[in-house]
Amino acid sequence: MTSVALLAQDDLAAVFAWRPEGPVSVADYLADVHALAGRLPASGHLLNLCHDRYRFAVGFAAGLLRGMTSLQPSSQSAETFRRLRDDYPDLLALCDGATDTLDLPRFDFPELVGDRSASAIPHIPADRLAAILFTSGSTGLPQAQRKTWGKLAQNGRAEAIALGLDRTPHVLVGTVPVQHSYGFESTFLLALQGGCAFWAGKPFYPQDIASALAAVPQPRLLVTTPFHLSALLASGIDLPAIDLLLSATAPLSTPLAADAEARTGAPLLEIYGSTESGQLASRRTTEGAAWTLLPGVRLEQTADDTLACAGHVEGRVALSDVIELLPDNRFLLHGRHADLINIAGKRTSLAYLNHQLGAVPGVVDGAFFLPDEEGADGITRLTAFVVAPGLSARQITAALRQRIEAIFLPRPLVLVDELPRNSTGKLPRSGLQALYTDRLGHGRG
Amino acid sequence: MSQAAIETLLPEVAELIVSALNLDMCPEEIEADAPLFGDGLGLDSIDVLEIALVISKKYGFQLKSDNEDNIRIFSSLRALATYIASQRTQ
Repeated sequence: MTSVALLAQDDLAAVFAWRPEGPVSVADYLADVHALAGRLPASGHLLNLCHDRYRFAVGFAAGLLRGMTSLQPSSQSAETFRRLRDDYPDLLALCDGATDTLDLPRFDFPELVGDRSASAIPHIPADRLAAILFTSGSTGLPQAQRKTWGKLAQNGRAEAIALGLDRTPHVLVGTVPVQHSYGFESTFLLALQGGCAFWAGKPFYPQDIASALAAVPQPRLLVTTPFHLSALLASGIDLPAIDLLLSATAPLSTPLAADAEARTGAPLLEIYGSTESGQLASRRTTEGAAWTLLPGVRLEQTADDTLACAGHVEGRVALSDVIELLPDNRFLLHGRHADLINIAGKRTSLAYLNHQLGAVPGVVDGAFFLPDEEGADGITRLTAFVVAPGLSARQITAALRQRIEAIFLPRPLVLVDELPRNSTGKLPRSGLQALYTDRLGHGRG
Repeated sequence: MSQAAIETLLPEVAELIVSALNLDMCPEEIEADAPLFGDGLGLDSIDVLEIALVISKKYGFQLKSDNEDNIRIFSSLRALATYIASQRTQ
């Protein structure tokens, strides 16, 4: 059976991660992995909730060595935890802070002591089910995306090659959580398989990002999103040298990309992919709109769909974007299929949100509405129109908060007497648009 | 810092939150001690970054955090005003 090394890096003295107290070597990382592995169950599912990127990395590899599968939901809501507990009764939540895990079986990240002597890089069977990442499918219910170790490792290597990191490893500083697909691929897999060290924290405010960059040596790669990047530039603070910028989760506008490059002197690369398919392509935004496929990946088109396959893609994955294929492994993106929503990199569908709204006791009818984009890189908030005699907007919002992610909560939620349904009961967008203009378009505030 | 300075800041910061986030409510409706996240206003991390940007411009300091601090600073309007009063340079 084929096996793939945990790390492409075979120098045990090399730096694996940077923590506030200093560097951690590959040998120290492996020692921590083995020490933790000895305390985990020998099978089952690991819900790795560690905030610290290094502890996540120790937990993931320790679980992998024990034959555990890492569960990586897209949210940490009570509803998500309840569903995971029902679907994976053997799960264990690994935590490194005051995370509220309800009644899930829980394992707090321990102090790790033990043999620090260097050991060999472990090899793991390529077909082992290493992780399950979740995304909301078109029905809105979370879809489990099963990832084998071999494909994950291959994704990390393909990204390293596409970004040129296989030739010049950078230190990775990420503003995105390590559990979600982009952060998982671009700060964790890229570290394991691309030979890059990473900063263990997740800087949030612009000043935090500057401090994190200053704490690691050059060359530095900032792994971020259009939203974090625009906040960073808008802050106007002085930034330490950055050698490469990486953005994903939503397309970046060319002006923001050009501004980022001018302010940092670093090339800005974008990654395109999805939780279902893994990472598929990259581009330098200021050099044009076309994307170039990562090594090994292929796109195929049918009458209605574009499918990703080959390389590190698991199976054949239909993509939710409208794509125009170009010669030489390049393509253009022409927006999303209707009904899908992406706010700050979080995806869902209107159908799912409407279903959750309708399930709130007391709600007679209701619909979410996404106003037309007000500007690139901006965050467009959802509006909801609700028929619910006897309920206040605040009560409905409180009930929705139990069901959907905060970022999709309507702002505002507007109570109406009825929705503009047509004679067949359908709700045309034009009707909602008229309602939106009428209730919110003018004379607001 | 004086209690009076914080009291004076409360309506100012409430106004700043409502305008920065384009909330569909009056600044006076934000209760000083009600949570800003969760069951209160229901803010999320994107809102926090937007508010932080406006605060840094208006009061002349950069917010810094580990996660715990973040939750404390944004726990309520009063907590946020208290933090601003202690950090402001303008």
